[in-house]
Amino acid sequence: MTPPTSESGEYPVTATKDNRQKFLERAMSRQAYAGHALIEVLHTAQELFGHLTPELLREVALKLKLPPSRVLGVATFYNFFSLKPKAEHTAVVCLGTACYVAGAPQLFQALERRRCACAAAEEAKGAAGPARLSVQSARCIGSCGLAPAVVLDGRILPRVTPAQLERALDKIGITA
Amino acid sequence: MSVKTLTINGKIVTGLAGTSLFSAAWEAGIRIPRLCHIGGLSDIGACRLCLVEIEGRPRLHPACMTEVEEGMVVRTESERLHAHRKLIVELLLAEGNHVCAVCVSNGHCELQDLATSLGIDHVRVSYQHPRRPVDASHARFTLDLNRCVFCRRCMRVCDEVEGAHTLDVAGRGAELRLIADLGQSWGAAESCTSCGKCVQVCPTGALFAKGAAVGEMTKNRAFLQYIVTAREKHEWIRK
Amino acid sequence: MTPEDLSDRATAELERQQGFRERLHCCTAAGCLSCGAEQLKRELNAQVEARGLSQQVEVHGTGCLGLCSRGPLLRRASDGAVFHELEPSEAGLLLQGDAASEQALAAKRLDPTHPFFAHQQRIVLENAGRVDPQQLDTYLAVGGYSALARAVSELSRQEVLAEVRASGLRGRGGAGYPTGVKWELVAKQPGTTKYIVCNADEGDPGAFMDRSVLEGDPHRVLEGMAIAGYAVGASHGFIYVRGEYGLAIQRLQGAIRQAEREGLLGPRVLDSAFRFRVDIRIGAGAFVCGEETALIASIEGGRGEPRPRPPYPPEKGLWGQPTLINNVETFANIAPILRRGGAWFAAIGTERSKGTKVFAVAGKTVHTGLVEVPMGTPLRTIVYEMAGGIADGGRVKAIQTGGPSGGCIPERLLDLPVDYESLVGVGSMMGSGGLIVMDEATSMVDVARYFMEFCRDESCGKCVPCRTGTVQMHQLLERFCAGQAGEHDLALLKELGTLLREASLCGLGQTAPNPVLSVLRYFPEELEQRLHQDAEAAAAAAPTEPA
Repeated sequence: MTPPTSESGEYPVTATKDNRQKFLERAMSRQAYAGHALIEVLHTAQELFGHLTPELLREVALKLKLPPSRVLGVATFYNFFSLKPKAEHTAVVCLGTACYVAGAPQLFQALERRRCACAAAEEAKGAAGPARLSVQSARCIGSCGLAPAVVLDGRILPRVTPAQLERALDKIGITA
Repeated sequence: MSVKTLTINGKIVTGLAGTSLFSAAWEAGIRIPRLCHIGGLSDIGACRLCLVEIEGRPRLHPACMTEVEEGMVVRTESERLHAHRKLIVELLLAEGNHVCAVCVSNGHCELQDLATSLGIDHVRVSYQHPRRPVDASHARFTLDLNRCVFCRRCMRVCDEVEGAHTLDVAGRGAELRLIADLGQSWGAAESCTSCGKCVQVCPTGALFAKGAAVGEMTKNRAFLQYIVTAREKHEWIRK
Repeated sequence: MTPEDLSDRATAELERQQGFRERLHCCTAAGCLSCGAEQLKRELNAQVEARGLSQQVEVHGTGCLGLCSRGPLLRRASDGAVFHELEPSEAGLLLQGDAASEQALAAKRLDPTHPFFAHQQRIVLENAGRVDPQQLDTYLAVGGYSALARAVSELSRQEVLAEVRASGLRGRGGAGYPTGVKWELVAKQPGTTKYIVCNADEGDPGAFMDRSVLEGDPHRVLEGMAIAGYAVGASHGFIYVRGEYGLAIQRLQGAIRQAEREGLLGPRVLDSAFRFRVDIRIGAGAFVCGEETALIASIEGGRGEPRPRPPYPPEKGLWGQPTLINNVETFANIAPILRRGGAWFAAIGTERSKGTKVFAVAGKTVHTGLVEVPMGTPLRTIVYEMAGGIADGGRVKAIQTGGPSGGCIPERLLDLPVDYESLVGVGSMMGSGGLIVMDEATSMVDVARYFMEFCRDESCGKCVPCRTGTVQMHQLLERFCAGQAGEHDLALLKELGTLLREASLCGLGQTAPNPVLSVLRYFPEELEQRLHQDAEAAAAAAPTEPA
């Protein structure tokens, strides 16, 4: 049985800590350590490590022969890259025009409410570590025929109603 | 190298091919408002203050990045250009926290001078009151981001003249911020050589030398021209 | 592969296909996949096996069939019927082939005569329902790569350029710059290092035309890029794809590998002296990277910040070299133009807008999805006849074209033909093809606010007008939406709009005011109503004098 792969289909998701460093090195060498491959390399680094730590940025700056401030400047320009650890579950609400007109803002608010309630509950329990749910908006994921669309943990929920959304959240354990 | 003849504000001027409208105008004694342009550094056309009208071309063009061409007819002043420049400076004043009364550059500030020369006596747009930090961790200099107008002169001088590339911008749009190295405090930035060039080119009181009190920070811009003259014309003795 | 091999392969595949009595094409674009297309396809294959029909019926994946609101979609090759919202349990009925089963599926069948399809003329999307994006031979069978073969083995660079010129094709990314002229500009530049860049950073909210082409017919785009490379003298191409388009990226990667393996790309294209390689560059979530100089900055590994033009990319682009940048849809038109001639293309459309345009119709209509119509088709036809008007019998208030750079067009102007000049004339623009239909319940001021918020969030921050102006304009629009705006706010909105339009560094800032300006033009009462609210509210809130 082949191991599950990352979104790009290139790296096994179950890569061990040691392997991840190797895969990143390989990604950089495949691009001949070219400075212009910075964005590709950051994509890979984030896929492997979940988010971009200062150590990772430093490593990339060193290997690609780029000033560190330039690397940070690029990492913070693009929406995709995150300098903070990822949450357990991610919900991306498409706020593209078609979805917006179909009621996406209300879905976004409902998710935010759930997220805050969940975070408050976790804090009350004294739990540390990454958040249970992160809620982001996307500026159009290209599924306009299925508006409104919400991507929950990588899966598109097409034409989703507030009720369906609540049920989906219950199913992954994000309770009010 | 050929020389081009063109008209600026009705006056016939000449300029070396490959040079900018801004420098041709400057040499002819014509001053165009600017912030991001400074002689000796690359141009980025970001502040949009130096936009001029060129006959036969529908858009407005940044004088700092437009090359002189034979027969060009340029206007650097008009009602429209004046209105744009005023609004741009007002937008800048409202974007940051520019409080002249407590600023080291009071009286020696390019933003202030621009506001005065454009006749700005009030700001029409909403003050944003952003929360921006002051970084006083460096031994010799202080970075007060409240006064930053994102002209990027500091970044460019650090990269192009000093070669350290300590400073850059992070974030995007209204979230833009100046950073040193990997976003740590300036004092902890390993690449900084403490040369102070960034301080000298900064148009406002965002970057200043420690020990300067209100209104005391005067900047020596001529150093940049000196470096360029030395490098290109091999003239090291200051006249 | 030589051009002769290509022709042989195509013929062999056609013969193989003709051996089947029926071929079923399941749309496997992202939209239908999220409606269960994969399960349907699997069930169909299982049923074909179970009924011993493997020699008679073939099941394929295919590109976007267009009626995205009714997915999953399936096209039956024998009669061209399109079935919608099929359940895996209905797979058996489809394969039964008798009158009773056909009757049972009647409610889910749309014939090619349905207005949604009847008004379309498919060139860019012609392979949807015919070609499997993951099987190169199906692309060859419909003449794929024959245009490239002809170009590199029979035509001179000049002849290719002339054909594109004659077609009258204009950039489909939104600006509508004459494609043939752009190609010639790059071709004429001295030097041997030139680049072809395909702009697949489709960022307009509501637009998914490019995505469908990339997912459903990736080879079409590769072929167009290679022909461009041959014509202008470039040997390296980049496709800059939005990071959000995971499936499109996968399909492109697969297609490039296949093409390289078969010698359709690489050091000897179709056994000629022409070499062409294509690399994919993945975006990372920045709408501004759809602007050509920002796109270049991004490929160069930097922040996606635009640069002042001139110099323009054909003269000085990627790494300072002459660079041809075209949109996905533009490249997708090239192979058919080379195959059937520029004159054929120029006969479609209007005087100044030739060919067809793909639109992504979204909003409150009965049908939403992709349609490809000849230029000059009235907007009314698209909105009412093809998309079926507003669902639940509501009324159309306005449509929006051109995304955040465009404007709204009120219902009374819908007789307008779809072409570049007409849309600009009413204060909007063609844009990349997103077309949103709004009903009476939509607040136009809120739509304007939404687009300004988008521009504000996507502004790169380099130039003052856009960085600060979008923030200010958005705040003003929020005040309007909350009924708290005054007369001076309206005046300021207009002044800021003028500043951004005339002084911004790039197209994002320059066009950011367009939605607001079009609301001011066509729905001024919606803004003015908000003003009166303010006056009344102020009067109501004023403290009464003590007696």
